Amino acid sequence: MTEPLLRVRDLAVEFDTEQGVVRAVDGVSFDIYPEETVGLVGESGCGKTVTGLSLLGLIPQPPGRIAGGSIEFGGRDLVQTSEDEMREIRGSDISMIFQEPMTALNPVFTIGTQMVDVLRLHKPLSAAQARREAIDMLGHVGIPAPARRIEEYPHQLSGGQRQRVMIAMALSCGPKLLVADEPTTALDVTTQAQVLEQINKLQEEFRMAVILVTHDLGVVAETCRRAMVMYCGKIVETAPIEELFARPRHPYTMGLLNSIPRIHEQRPERLPVIPGRVPDLLHLPPGCRFAARCERVLDRCRAEQPELSGRDSAAACFNPEPA
Amino acid sequence: MSDVLLQVRELKKYFPVRGGLFRRTQAQVRAVDGVDLELQAGQTYGLVGESGCGKSTLGRAILRLHDPTGGQVLLDGTDITQLDRQALMPYRRRMQMIFQDPYASLSPRRTVAQTLREPLDLHRIGTPAERDERVRELLDVVGMGPRALNRYPHEFSGGQRQRIGIARALALDPSLIVADEPVSALDVSVQSQVLNLVADLQRERGISFLFIAHDLAVIQHVSNVVGVMYLGKIVESGSASAVYRGPKHPYTKALMSAIPVPDPTRGRSRIVLEGDVPSPRNPPPGCPFHPRCPQAMDRCRSEVPVLKRPAGAETGHVVSCHLYD
Repeated sequence: MTEPLLRVRDLAVEFDTEQGVVRAVDGVSFDIYPEETVGLVGESGCGKTVTGLSLLGLIPQPPGRIAGGSIEFGGRDLVQTSEDEMREIRGSDISMIFQEPMTALNPVFTIGTQMVDVLRLHKPLSAAQARREAIDMLGHVGIPAPARRIEEYPHQLSGGQRQRVMIAMALSCGPKLLVADEPTTALDVTTQAQVLEQINKLQEEFRMAVILVTHDLGVVAETCRRAMVMYCGKIVETAPIEELFARPRHPYTMGLLNSIPRIHEQRPERLPVIPGRVPDLLHLPPGCRFAARCERVLDRCRAEQPELSGRDSAAACFNPEPA
Repeated sequence: MSDVLLQVRELKKYFPVRGGLFRRTQAQVRAVDGVDLELQAGQTYGLVGESGCGKSTLGRAILRLHDPTGGQVLLDGTDITQLDRQALMPYRRRMQMIFQDPYASLSPRRTVAQTLREPLDLHRIGTPAERDERVRELLDVVGMGPRALNRYPHEFSGGQRQRIGIARALALDPSLIVADEPVSALDVSVQSQVLNLVADLQRERGISFLFIAHDLAVIQHVSNVVGVMYLGKIVESGSASAVYRGPKHPYTKALMSAIPVPDPTRGRSRIVLEGDVPSPRNPPPGCPFHPRCPQAMDRCRSEVPVLKRPAGAETGHVVSCHLYD
């Protein structure tokens, strides 16, 4: 068995708010192996984005902080790594792309300037060499006429092209891990299809691992090999894709999968729903965080927190759906 | 066949592009460019398309939130595009709108009770006591208790705010609701709750919906009739079952194949479209879809196709594509 590329153990991230301390990520553990694509799914506020940001040391501080746990990558613990060293790692070993490329690109510099800066920060290249590499990379991610587009500013590109530029920048230094946070959520379906296809192609070509952070189970089903489902700051289920979609074990995963409208021959009169709503992170119940909405709830669920046990597939549940 | 509530004929909405020294009109953006549609009482017309196709503008032009550039909007046979403000009032009551972002469409300074009372006050419905009673009833209909009355929008979650937006739309007992992406800002578990609420309201109150969305699965779930819009025009429409079972237009086919399906075992042949949607300011000549169409022929580059029923398609299923001539 190969060694994991990334090993996260008991990660906890807290934020100070006016109402008190919120634990957005609460004891998350997982491994990412080289060259695999893993989905991190959940609804708004579940902690998926915060988990992604903490891998790159990008938690805004204050009000946030990593309150515990470790992130092992390349022989060191990123939680203990200084900001200067993190800056070396970001972009070269671990890269991230975001939902809204317009806010991640600088509007007053050309695409070329921004790409050359990133390249020269991490590699000993001359300006001309960096520019050639940048053009090469743009062509790689499917930007037509890259030598011309490199002179343009972000606002001159369409949403899909901006996201491609972001991908080109993120991959320009050959990272081993790419964290993609809702990379296609702001895009139309036809553009989304193009960008996802591109990410898949590049993942194989560059032999990197990808963590795809998303709320869209459809996107996960089509791009990932494995997925982790988050709810209220915890991973509640993890499994290989085929298993997760065919036999979800955690009632929350089951509920999520059922409530997606799908294109059916015979459409159902009503969509199944998960009753109630996500509890307030400031007032969490003592037991399982899903207990109040769960159809399979036991007395024990209200008192004790279930743990995620098991390696490849596991559900943090005392009364999981039958396999 | 049930009664026709809404008929839209050749509806156009152009926006001027101004520029230069005297801010003269330099061009027109043809956001809605000659749309026909018909909605039966108690049914839902699902309007689907990508950003910038003109679907929201169409919804707003139908309600006269935008004054149309041309064409007609008939509500129960009366052309409302020709009515002045005064004459429009009784029709305004019958047509309401639900927005994508209920946070932006609810006043942050008003309590829920104030927001829901406003339409009742404006249209002078009942006595003040009756209006208070009606406000409670509306909250109850959308599944919220009276505790919400004196609270402000920021105190609610996205799903609850959308319920408040729906309650406001229901205040005047409308016959038509234009719902513009009402669930696209919501998480899936909340989305299904809101979609079920909309279905219940339709069944109980016989309200017709023009449901605008970019999500094809959501549209199929709610609609009786579906229209697919591209660059200001409807390129295919028909009963939901006909369009979803046998999409005809290459754009409809591409859209359907592009949706990520939550089923990893399903093999797929995806039609990946090249390029982006062209600007409605400079629409391509001929068929607006031809630059991206995998099946484009010579005549598509010059001749504009019109909506026609293809051979073998069911009544009412029309498509504007030269492939079916």
